[in-house]
Amino acid sequence: MSQLFKITIDGETTEVEAGTTILNAARQIGGSLVPPAMCYYSKLKGSGGKCRTCLVEVSKGSEKDPRPMPKLVASCSTPIMDGMEVKNLTSPKVLEARKGVVEFLLINHPLDCPICDQAGECHLQDLSYEHGAARSRYEEARRTFDRIDIGDKIQLHMTRCILCYRCIYVADQITDKRVHGIMFRGDRAEISTYIENVIDNDFSGNVIDVCPVGALTDKTFRFKSRVWFVKPMEAHRDCKKCAGKATVWLSDSEVFRVTGRKDKYGEVEDWICNDCRFENKKITDWVIDGPRAIERHSVISLNKYQKGIKVEAPKNLGYGNTR
Amino acid sequence: MATKLLLEHIHVPGIETYDVYRSKGGYRAVEKALKTMSPDEVMEEVKKSGLRGRGGAGFPTGMKWSFLDRKSNNPRYLVCNADESEPGTFKDRYLMEKNPHILIEGLIVSSYSLGSNSTYIYIRGEYKWIVGILEKAIAEAKNAGFLGKNILGSGFDLEIYVNNGAGAYICGEETALLESLEGKRGNPRIKPPFPAISGLYNCPTVVNNVETLATVVPILNMGGDEYAKLGIGKSTGTKLISACGHINRPGVYEIDLGLPVDEFLNSDEYCGGIRAGHELKAVIAGGSSVPILPGELFLKNAAGEPRLMSYESLSEGGFATGTMLGSGGFIAMDETTCIVHNTWTLARFYHHESCGQCSPCREGTGWMEKVLHRLEFGHGHMHDIDLLVEIASKIEGNTICPLGDAAAWPVAAAIRHFRDEFEYHVKHADKVKGSRKAHLPNYKTATV
Repeated sequence: MSQLFKITIDGETTEVEAGTTILNAARQIGGSLVPPAMCYYSKLKGSGGKCRTCLVEVSKGSEKDPRPMPKLVASCSTPIMDGMEVKNLTSPKVLEARKGVVEFLLINHPLDCPICDQAGECHLQDLSYEHGAARSRYEEARRTFDRIDIGDKIQLHMTRCILCYRCIYVADQITDKRVHGIMFRGDRAEISTYIENVIDNDFSGNVIDVCPVGALTDKTFRFKSRVWFVKPMEAHRDCKKCAGKATVWLSDSEVFRVTGRKDKYGEVEDWICNDCRFENKKITDWVIDGPRAIERHSVISLNKYQKGIKVEAPKNLGYGNTR
Repeated sequence: MATKLLLEHIHVPGIETYDVYRSKGGYRAVEKALKTMSPDEVMEEVKKSGLRGRGGAGFPTGMKWSFLDRKSNNPRYLVCNADESEPGTFKDRYLMEKNPHILIEGLIVSSYSLGSNSTYIYIRGEYKWIVGILEKAIAEAKNAGFLGKNILGSGFDLEIYVNNGAGAYICGEETALLESLEGKRGNPRIKPPFPAISGLYNCPTVVNNVETLATVVPILNMGGDEYAKLGIGKSTGTKLISACGHINRPGVYEIDLGLPVDEFLNSDEYCGGIRAGHELKAVIAGGSSVPILPGELFLKNAAGEPRLMSYESLSEGGFATGTMLGSGGFIAMDETTCIVHNTWTLARFYHHESCGQCSPCREGTGWMEKVLHRLEFGHGHMHDIDLLVEIASKIEGNTICPLGDAAAWPVAAAIRHFRDEFEYHVKHADKVKGSRKAHLPNYKTATV
């Protein structure tokens, strides 16, 4: 039914449905021309447009109106037009702007990767490897926040937050009631709960999965292991609340943590409930389906999975229940 | 003698009351529009007048109105942007305080043209006392039958509501204003969709500045063609300029666009010249966010031609040697002004007012402020000056809303034109240390 529009990104042409954003069109082409995204999350309505890492240059507006767009546009929130031509990695302007954005994101980031649980699967790490500078030009003291406790399952490190708003959208769209939000303005803005509330409902743990950095991490996994020492396995269990499809992170036969199954853009395929995430930490709780392929260029995959070190499902251990 | 359209009766005692305003020919435009014209004809008049948005961007108002989605079945809204928060701009305040009825009249006519039955005035939190003035004017207009149901028997209904902001500069950005009006956090929206398609409560909306909407009244009274004869070129009509700084006669002036800047600055009818014994050093021509210009470049453009107070003439030379008319917040500075201190003050403002939604503005404004603070207080390095230029260029154009640009332009322009002053602050750090005094005495020409 719907119309197909032609779009060219970095010289690669494809046809996508009208109304698709540039970023999603790029994801349909795939490969390195896909702009990075720190705040956009395809499963969260209204997300995107904020972090400005996905800025691209539109060198030709459309077949009808071939004028280039005057400014760089956020590819995650700009719908394509028929005949649009977009430059991402081929545009020096884009690379320069992206470098700027990475620098901005890092000036107040604590860079405490050595003690951060997100290290290894952190989008900000990936982004700064690719587009960042080796040294910071920021000489001032970094911004800090008062610590607040948001419950016994989720750890909030506000200093690491890049204000992508994803966790706000999760709370709005996945859970019943949102008790946290953005307080204050400008660079004092912070994720917080009003009068120290506890974020606690069946799906609140998903904020951990959507957080691109280490601002929201799993307290039950806290300081247990670096993520590259644990092996991600696809697993499932019968769950009354969610689909029960998750990735369990194993070290030998011990479940260190449970997360959603993330695709190559770091987005989960299915939301999982807090029972699956926090309460089922025994290997017998899960049916292991096999190793989880990690395609991203992150630290976890660089050393092991992509370079062909085989990870097989542990055999003969009687894992999994068949309830 | 310049044409006075908005400020014609401003000094008439009691003009803020309905009776006096009416006796001076008030609400004629409403009668004319509602009794003899169709909504489209009103829009045509505005288009013909060449009126451009007076809030800062200078976008043609008639064109903005024509973008409004009239086909959807949703209600349409007109929102008056009275969140005048730009440092140096206080023209809307003067108009609303002294002559609120001209705004109400303009709102009625514009709402009629746009088909808005509920029109909102979003006024900044700091203008709390003006809320009362406006509400009184609205009540009087309603009493006289110019608001409410079936106005003047035309079948057109209109209510005007005044909404008080809570003191955020960002809520002057039209989509942030709409968010705030809806009761949400005042974060600018990602565009597209534009308000003309999906604005207040996801309905088609036009957001216009106070002065723009008030100007619709003289346009209807005199006719669009007649109005277009005022002014120069594409800068038609008159404009309110709020002048402040080191001038003899600060205040709000109505000028014909196209007035030579020299006359505006030096004639006794307007600013009355720089205070005695001092000379012009720099000018911010249109509110704090536009690029600062050295006096010489302000009076004459790079080609040596005298500048005029118009959208085009002030922006001649682009940002390299030009500036913008902006919202008409005219700030003149004499040679005692320290540009570094001035730039730091502006940077501090934008840092404080950034909403924190998108990364370049949230982090960049704070960074610029800190670096400028360092320079101002004698802890700067030479490379900080280039760093500032670099930060400004990384913010500019890469943000969701124009606040990023507004924060970046003054810093970039100050360094472009007054670099030696910044260098002086580094070299003579012990002498400057946060003093507001200018540190380059007899500072005259800036190298372009």
